[in-house]
Amino acid sequence: MGTNGNIIRKKDLGFWQSIYVPEILKGLRLTITQMFKPKFTYEFPEVRFKPPEVFRGRPVLVEENGVERCVACGLCSRVCPALAIEVQAGETELAKERYPIKFEINMVRCIFCGFCEEVCPEEAIIMSNEYLLAFNNQVEAVFGKEKLLKSAAEMRPRLEWLKVNR
Amino acid sequence: MDTTFVLLSIAKIAVVWGGVLTGAAILVLAERRISAWIQNRLGPNRVGPFGLLQSAADVVKLLFKEDIVPTAANRFVHDFAPMISITVALTTFAVIPFGDTIEAFGQNVKLIVADVNIGMLYILALTGIGVYGITLAGWSSNNKYSLLGGLRSSAQLISYELSMGLSIIGVIMISGTLRLDEVVMHQTAPLAHSMQKLPSWLQWLIPVAGWLPSWNVFFQPIGFITFVVASFAETNRLPFDLPEAEPELVGGYHTEYTGMKFGLFFLSEYANMITSSALITTLFLGGWHLPFAESWGLSPFALSLVKIGTFFVKVTILVVFYIIVRWTLPRFRYDQLMRLGWKVMLPLSIANILATGLLLLWWS
Repeated sequence: MGTNGNIIRKKDLGFWQSIYVPEILKGLRLTITQMFKPKFTYEFPEVRFKPPEVFRGRPVLVEENGVERCVACGLCSRVCPALAIEVQAGETELAKERYPIKFEINMVRCIFCGFCEEVCPEEAIIMSNEYLLAFNNQVEAVFGKEKLLKSAAEMRPRLEWLKVNR
Repeated sequence: MDTTFVLLSIAKIAVVWGGVLTGAAILVLAERRISAWIQNRLGPNRVGPFGLLQSAADVVKLLFKEDIVPTAANRFVHDFAPMISITVALTTFAVIPFGDTIEAFGQNVKLIVADVNIGMLYILALTGIGVYGITLAGWSSNNKYSLLGGLRSSAQLISYELSMGLSIIGVIMISGTLRLDEVVMHQTAPLAHSMQKLPSWLQWLIPVAGWLPSWNVFFQPIGFITFVVASFAETNRLPFDLPEAEPELVGGYHTEYTGMKFGLFFLSEYANMITSSALITTLFLGGWHLPFAESWGLSPFALSLVKIGTFFVKVTILVVFYIIVRWTLPRFRYDQLMRLGWKVMLPLSIANILATGLLLLWWS
């Protein structure tokens, strides 16, 4: 039976406990003190939660010197458990040789697991702190490169955090 | 019956109904906000300043909802039950004096809608009718949860009406009248007057407590506690809200009610809260009486307003107490409810009558 052995029987109660009223007053004191404690609620549209670096918001592509870090290896697309990422590789003249012609994340499918970030050898795809993701239709929810690219300077806190914690 | 009397009565009815209905609407909001504060939340604060228009929005929503009546329900009784509830809730206030007298239209107007000499009996009778609203609602819905809720409500009301009536008897014995404004008048004298007759070894109490007003709560502490507990049970408020215990009975007697018919039950619950707070104030806490208010040298009109304000503040405090208690105490089990009603409250209130009688005999 799921008992923890601490059942209070009626015979265990003292006189003041068994006439209820002082116990009721004790309970009332607790609730009344709780009433005047500070509240933790964020009044959402006006005050917004600023997530710390650990937060896994929507994934973004890091852009450095005007070009994405991504080498289009396709590991993120491979590891993605929700099959949300689609990468098409192309050749480039730069030292890194390959770049993604097309990089799409379907934000309706994304489950914010962070596997893409973990698997990426170039620290090219990382989780940002953006969490306001509501869409009117499915087409709007597919983020292409133009929405995914963020400069390395902007993503600095997360990159610093990744250096220490990964 | 002259015209001024009719006009004055209509004016008083308008004031009382306006007050009770507005109060009930604000209470719905107050309940939600206070419960939120107790749980370290903010509560509804978006509709209007401080969320004050939330109840208006809720009423508009309820009015536009579809009125669903179950096919197997007794349609007439199903429609009739909320009417009983709201009628009782709105008429009980008639005999409660919400102020002393006020100068208006060249005459002294008593601030009480129906100045009847059986005020307390009237209230007890009406709360007795009020249970029909809930029980019939439960029966006519043809739903086992509703029926259980209705049955529980009638059992609970019968058990607690006894101790409620018996705890009022102590007050009646002291004040010697059933007229509620005379009960209030009786409480306005300072306590020192009635303390003159104390035995010599208790005379030292006069300078200590003699300045207190002679509110019945000081003469009838046990009657006060039993009456307050019984009023909680009568208004179906937690810890005695067994007729609508959500975890066991879905919605209790109003499971099958939608739209404004549900709204009427909701409204009558809150109106009943106001009425029973007003009754507790009148019977035990001196009604509109504010100690030392007469000695401030106010004009009669201002004094009347101060007295109405005092009544309002006392009722507000009691209503907030009702709400805080709801969010503090867990619900009684059915057998615990019955044990408390029959084995604790009933003997206690009978003993209280006996003690009051003996003391009165020795006093006079």
